[in-house]
Amino acid sequence: MFAVCGTSTFNRVRICVNVFVTVKQTPDLNVTPRLGDNHRVVREGVELVMDQADEYGVEEGLQLAEKTGGKVTVVSMGPEKANDAIRKALSMGAESGVLITDPGLAGSDALGTARALAAALKGRDWDIVICGTESYDGSTGMVPAQLAELLGVPHLSFAKKLEVEGTKVTVQRQTADGFVTIETETPVVVTVTGGLNEPRYPTLKGIMGAKSKTVDTVDLAALGLDAGQVGEGGSLVKVDGVAPAPERQAGEVITDEGQSGERVAAMLVELKVL
Amino acid sequence: MAEIWVHAEEDGGTIAPITLEILTKARSLGVEVVAVALGSAANHAEKLGEFGAARVLADAREDYTQFFALPAVDAFVALAQERKPLAILFGGTYDGRDIACRVAARLGVGMAAFASDITVEGESVKVEVPIWGGALIATKSFAAAGPHIVTFRAKAFAAEAAGSGAPQVEQVTPELSEGSKRVRILDRSVEESTGPKLEEAMVVVTGGRGMGGPENFPMLEELAGLLGGAVGATRAVVDAGWMPYSMQVGQTGKTVKPNVYIAAGVSGAMQHTVGMKGSKNIISINKDEEAPIFKLSDLGIVGDVHKVIPQITAAVKAKKG
Ligand SMILES: Cc1cc2nc3c(=O)[nH]c(=O)nc-3n(C[C@H](O)[C@H](O)[C@H](O)COP(=O)(O)OP(=O)(O)OC[C@H]3O[C@@H](n4cnc5c(N)ncnc54)[C@H](O)[C@@H]3O)c2cc1C
Ligand SMILES: Nc1ncnc2c1ncn2[C@@H]1O[C@H](COP(=O)(O)O)[C@@H](O)[C@H]1O
Repeated sequence: MFAVCGTSTFNRVRICVNVFVTVKQTPDLNVTPRLGDNHRVVREGVELVMDQADEYGVEEGLQLAEKTGGKVTVVSMGPEKANDAIRKALSMGAESGVLITDPGLAGSDALGTARALAAALKGRDWDIVICGTESYDGSTGMVPAQLAELLGVPHLSFAKKLEVEGTKVTVQRQTADGFVTIETETPVVVTVTGGLNEPRYPTLKGIMGAKSKTVDTVDLAALGLDAGQVGEGGSLVKVDGVAPAPERQAGEVITDEGQSGERVAAMLVELKVL
Repeated sequence: MAEIWVHAEEDGGTIAPITLEILTKARSLGVEVVAVALGSAANHAEKLGEFGAARVLADAREDYTQFFALPAVDAFVALAQERKPLAILFGGTYDGRDIACRVAARLGVGMAAFASDITVEGESVKVEVPIWGGALIATKSFAAAGPHIVTFRAKAFAAEAAGSGAPQVEQVTPELSEGSKRVRILDRSVEESTGPKLEEAMVVVTGGRGMGGPENFPMLEELAGLLGGAVGATRAVVDAGWMPYSMQVGQTGKTVKPNVYIAAGVSGAMQHTVGMKGSKNIISINKDEEAPIFKLSDLGIVGDVHKVIPQITAAVKAKKG
């Protein structure tokens, strides 16, 4: 599944790694999200950005491709506006994009989303798919593992470090008390955690260059997907209702004037911690 | 009687607390509770019974510990196709999530992630899921036939032994494909820490970005040490590399419910508070009187952590004599 690129001198061939990065457009972190009557996130009138989790994915993909002479393609499923997220990745340095958009996809659950992404990847040239660990608005982190399952490849999750050598892929995977090192061969899906790299800012040159890059737009028909497998109708989990969670009562707020140490110690005595 | 399966996870040579929490809940649902114990978890059937498993499906083969996630997926899928449980419940842990997602996708069934509650009426399963960092609770149900897949947040239920008898153990050997042995586990690295585990500590002292840098965390370690507690961190802190990820409290980190939670230089973002708002008592220090963390604190101190923490440490030392 890998491509050999560059001129080979003797038996030293360079293997280029072609990467697909999934990016999702989500509301800006700095605004409090709202849910509409249909229990979906209200996107109208909200500033939408490329999910922060995916910035790490794009950066990791770019570094991998730069090292090996491969290519980065970004793929996003969403309304037409999701093109902005793709453009952002293109201005960071990705080579091209795929936008999956169709009214029939609205309301897809994780499995529906994974089905659409898997269908869009079919027949394309990739060695590694990089995803974010969990999106800001979905936050279920289900899409990447389900995508890997539908693609029939392993999923190396919670990567805090990713290394690729030829076809060998090694990941330091976060655990509750440290990390575990796991290893497999391409093709593979990898989910990256925040903090494994420092996402670059698009340069002016990058932003200008992105204008001439191509975004391939595909709909359900092009993907060969049946409307019953995706979208609200295909969703296997229904939201029956949403209610505010019980809130804690705020207590006392004091301003420190040198007395707070005593105050806290007294409270700890009362609570029998001291 | 409908059958509900619980994934038995092993952690540190014993059954993980989250498995015991889920078993405790499952046995209140009026269903037959079956634990599925793969790999080394299979050595703890008795403990699984103690917390509510009437039966244990056990498979102690080493493939589950040598290879990552995929053998367990094969096993769950093969067993579920044959026996058709109503639902399969997993802990929302790193491993639990990976296995559950793939099982749901392979079976083509619905899955709800990070639930905090579950109810069963006949064949109908409903779950409650905190969304938006726990600000809202969504009630979800399944539109098609099961097995319904659910993962749970840590500490959604309190684990209690049932005092029931030994479970009926059935050895199983589901077929594991060659393809499931594609991801090798090379080695495990444990970040050493002293004192109690973060998830179990009765006192947690958490530092946020307001601590200013990693050089100021020993201040929190000293205070936590005096109180017999553990140190936690926000995602801003672990992403910046100040502290290891294992110290993260919140949506993507650990859920803690200590007697006392002290938040120092933490703003109180929803994704953080969802992991700590179940604490009995919350004390927070922030220089910004508008900081959201004050809305859920029993005692809020508007001040500079660099001044207030040393004051608290001195006062605690004085009280301890
Ligand atoms: C999908 C997703 C999952 C996430 N999961 C988690 C998670 O598991 N855990 C988590 O913590 N976050 C999580 N986050 C991030 C979260 O949204 C916040 O960004 C993060 O919690 C902020 O950390 P902080 O409070 O340390 O930093 P900030 O928000 O920057 O707050 C720093 C605070 O320190 C105060 N301060 C500064 N200097 C001082 C001083 N000298 N003395 C006193 N106070 C001072 C400031 O007033 C401010 O309130 C997640 C985000 C997303 C999108
Ligand atoms: N609609 C989408 N389009 C592209 N990628 C997605 C989409 N939804 C989820 N993803 C990817 O899956 C990751 C985890 O998202 P989630 O499962 O929604 O928490 C994201 O960071 C993305 O990389």
